Amino acid sequence: MLDFLKEPFIAIQEFYLLTGRALRNVAARPHYGDDIVAQMDLIGVGSLPIVILTGLFAGAVMALQMSRALQQYGQVDQTGTLVSISLVRELGPVLTALMMAGRNSSGIASELGSMKVTEQIDAMRALGTDPIQKLVTPRMVATAVMLPLLTILADFIGMFGGWFVSRFFLDLPSQQYWSSVWRQLEWNDITQGLLKPFVFAFIISLVGCYYGLRASGGTQGVGRATTQSMVAASVLILILDFFLGKIFVSQVVS
Amino acid sequence: MPAAAAKPADTQTAVLRFDRVSVSFDDTPALADVSFQAYEGESRVIMGATGSGKTVLLKTALGLQRPDSGTVYVFGRDISRMQERELFEIRSKMGMLFQESALFDSLNIEDNVSYPLLNQSSIHCPPDEVLPRVEEALKFVELDGILEKFPSELSGGMRRRAAIARAVVTEPPLLLYDSPTAGLDPITANTIVALIVKERDLNKTTTLIVTYRYQDGNLVANFRYNPENGGLERTGNHTGSQQGSQGVAAPRTVFMVLREGRLIFEGPQTELEASQDPYISKFVKHRE
Repeated sequence: MLDFLKEPFIAIQEFYLLTGRALRNVAARPHYGDDIVAQMDLIGVGSLPIVILTGLFAGAVMALQMSRALQQYGQVDQTGTLVSISLVRELGPVLTALMMAGRNSSGIASELGSMKVTEQIDAMRALGTDPIQKLVTPRMVATAVMLPLLTILADFIGMFGGWFVSRFFLDLPSQQYWSSVWRQLEWNDITQGLLKPFVFAFIISLVGCYYGLRASGGTQGVGRATTQSMVAASVLILILDFFLGKIFVSQVVS
Repeated sequence: MPAAAAKPADTQTAVLRFDRVSVSFDDTPALADVSFQAYEGESRVIMGATGSGKTVLLKTALGLQRPDSGTVYVFGRDISRMQERELFEIRSKMGMLFQESALFDSLNIEDNVSYPLLNQSSIHCPPDEVLPRVEEALKFVELDGILEKFPSELSGGMRRRAAIARAVVTEPPLLLYDSPTAGLDPITANTIVALIVKERDLNKTTTLIVTYRYQDGNLVANFRYNPENGGLERTGNHTGSQQGSQGVAAPRTVFMVLREGRLIFEGPQTELEASQDPYISKFVKHRE
């Protein structure tokens, strides 16, 4: 029984150690600014197409489905409110983070995993650089900056998708859609919508790095690390999303 | 046996010293109670089957792997309990050629070779000297005009040469080579060993070579670099006399054989060849 529990606990401990060292390195010298910019380009700019597509269709489908529920109460003109609140609070952050987990957690894990199994990580240490400082911290910083920005973009594109459906399929006037989008948004929604991607960014980057750096056993090990990182990052995002949502909802209710 | 008689006095500090070092992974021992001392200017050829702990030994010497018990001294300093940041200073005096070269495949050859010059904190190389030193190191390993190429564009032998250039560019006094000839054809393998001998004789470095090919050890033990014609020449070590054909002694070479993490042989080549141990003679018999 104890042996069964040993492995997950060691994994959690190692993950915390990695997180601690990566965070400490943000302030420590030397700084690898070039690597941060390169990662921002790779993680942020590189993810633009999938983030735009995800946001657009998430917003469109929300408008389509919600209008069905609102029809029963004769409130189809409130579609914009539902789209904007669910996008900003929930779908924007979570869908963007899940897409990024699929694209970047696994990408980071396979990149670092290949470096690990070909001894490049050891070579890095032998040649005087700390792999956490050089590889993990830039990826973490870059994701933490880019993911909230990408989420904002996804939110706006999603609202646009909702508008498209409302205007052409539900025959709502554009002005009514947009004013219902803005009117109901509160600061609480916006804070929640920006805090979530910030937290998810650490999950995406650090889970990818964690699985990559502990890869072993040749190309097979890299494949395993890639899959595990994506699964672990996605599950952690969904679990954390619930708890973050809970904190904010109970704040409003009380 | 003159080579053995020339054992340095104990007062001289060893460049690298293992004191009862043990390392294990998940309860399987990789190194068990290994002790030895390598002195300045000495060559050590470490042999053993795969999985006998050769690579672990080199990684422990670099501080990449922490010993479970025992102590590792490098240049007289105990590295087994050092923080990673302190280790960087020691590592800047050591060069390592990794198995399969371990060049950074996201960087081109110029950036790979200049990496230790730019990143090792205790090496202060002025920016305008970086490129000349990189070019010099690449010239040393007889690679020219490939600065812009990426490791994936090079052949196995060229990658190995570039990796040697990266290991020697900081001119470290202690060099570790992990299976420098693995996966290469015999002719390329010999040219790589010739480079190792050249580096050892020109810069008087202490050299540790891990290999499973006895020919590599034989080359290291019995040949020296001739700066006049740029090739290798035989020395008289093996026949018993200390003087080479040109009247110069080759550096002292000690052979070590590892078996399942244990050091089962340490001594000069003549003793190695005379050994009756079936495991040891298995390696020696590879020699035609």
